[in-house]
Amino acid sequence: MKLLVCISHVPDTTSKINFTEGDTKFDTNGVQYVINPNDEFGLTRAMWFKEKQNATVDVISVGGAETEPTLRKALAIGADAAIRVNAEAIDGHTVATYLAAAAKEGNYDLIIAGRESIDYNGGMVPGMLAAMLDANFVTNCISLEIDGTNATAVREIDGGKETISTVLPLVIGGQKGLVEESDLRIPNMRGIMMARKKPLTVVEPTNEASETHSVSFEKPAPRGAVKLVEADNIDELINLLHNEAKVI
Amino acid sequence: MSVLVYTESDQGNFKKAALEAASYGKAVAEAIDTNLVALTFNASEASELGTYGVEKVLNTNSVNGFNAKIYADAIKQAAEKEGATVVILSASADSRYIAPLLAVGLKAGYASNVVEAPLSLSPFVVKRTAFTNKAFCNTEISTAVKIVGVSNNSFGLVENSTTAQLEDFSPNLITSATTVTSIDKASDKVTIADAEVVVSAGRGLKGPENWGMIEELADVLGAATACSKPVSDLGWRPHSEHVGQTGKPVATNLYIAIGISGAIQHLAGINSSKIKVVINTDPEAPFFKAADYGIVGDAFEVVPKLIEKLKVFKAQNS
Repeated sequence: MKLLVCISHVPDTTSKINFTEGDTKFDTNGVQYVINPNDEFGLTRAMWFKEKQNATVDVISVGGAETEPTLRKALAIGADAAIRVNAEAIDGHTVATYLAAAAKEGNYDLIIAGRESIDYNGGMVPGMLAAMLDANFVTNCISLEIDGTNATAVREIDGGKETISTVLPLVIGGQKGLVEESDLRIPNMRGIMMARKKPLTVVEPTNEASETHSVSFEKPAPRGAVKLVEADNIDELINLLHNEAKVI
Repeated sequence: MSVLVYTESDQGNFKKAALEAASYGKAVAEAIDTNLVALTFNASEASELGTYGVEKVLNTNSVNGFNAKIYADAIKQAAEKEGATVVILSASADSRYIAPLLAVGLKAGYASNVVEAPLSLSPFVVKRTAFTNKAFCNTEISTAVKIVGVSNNSFGLVENSTTAQLEDFSPNLITSATTVTSIDKASDKVTIADAEVVVSAGRGLKGPENWGMIEELADVLGAATACSKPVSDLGWRPHSEHVGQTGKPVATNLYIAIGISGAIQHLAGINSSKIKVVINTDPEAPFFKAADYGIVGDAFEVVPKLIEKLKVFKAQNS
């Protein structure tokens, strides 16, 4: 089985978010980058397929040379080879178009991406990729088993979950549940050393295909100070929620 | 030309998010001076959509069970039939599943998590949340057909009463190699996505055996229950309750956080909620900086009192 894991290079979850150039660009100053958490759950599940079902696992990212440490980390965790599409990730459609071109080239059976990135939160790349490849697609995926060319996936739905039966080729939008937080792997020294020797291929993008773009950014308005209520004055809290906030 | 809204229903009844999407669709249709058309699958009271300004409803009864690919293709056919230039969907799990497939089908640019009516029509710019609610991103959609995914509980329900003309719609149904084999859904519980109030608790509760009072408080308020990341990682509560950056986003009217310190990832996930209440023993907990109302106190003393007082309040105000 040939497996491709899509990796988005995103600001660490603790990052302070700021903008520059008149609020038109994300301020990368002092920001640490990581593998997008939703993608990391997928990558870790992919390692299971590699170890138990003999899958080969490639990882791919769209971005400039600055994303390579993130791809090297994925190689250190255990991926076999990495591909970087040398282009700016303007919008979800652009990313999906570039990924689809690379995926066709590699003829993958299974592609796992995160359900969304934690920076732009578009939640569209895996679905668009599936549509462009005419592959089956399950998003918000919290469990995945492959048996030959058959797949069983569990999808989180509003208020519950559903079990889905489908076949390869398949694109997954993954999230926590594919593996548990405690299953995530920290690369060891041997993995890091081996990652240096693994192939990282840079490919040039197909024609640019953006359909949307970010015009400007805003930060939420600062909120007023918290109103503290004494612990023995619950009536006052209920009064505030009812008469002032009007939420109960 | 028209605006098309996909109004999702559950067992024949429209979801609140669908009515909110219709309200949003009406605002767009008025701004570009055209009609609002809704597409529904298996709705029992399609005419209800007239309340929110839908002028025409395409109702389809030929579809059995949810399938994102088949639904996306049927919505595409409806959009083409009606000459829709803007297609509106909600932020439900199913609509988010459909939207990217539909976007490719219609060659339409798609903006998700949109929280306001378009900022401008030409160019078409919408305001959406990004960086997991730590910021907003004003996004231009530059394609001829545009898809907008409306965030839950952002635009709100806006009544715009008209009489909806009903039309049976029979799209060509494509095939899909994906089938749902089982659904596991608690029908009696309020979901985080639909809830107006969410009661959430963290490690301050000391153990899963203490969640009884959280569920009781949620019950009194008609609320959904949620939890912090450590609580779901410890297995005290299911992952489906985890809210925050890597869990579910919460955009509710009232969010009550009990024994949650307020890590930056948690605060990001709940930032779109309108009113936040924190109950925590530690006055230095970061959550107090993000909340509207706070009680410095022990959850094991405060919560039972709050339940008791709310029961009295609800009895007087119902």
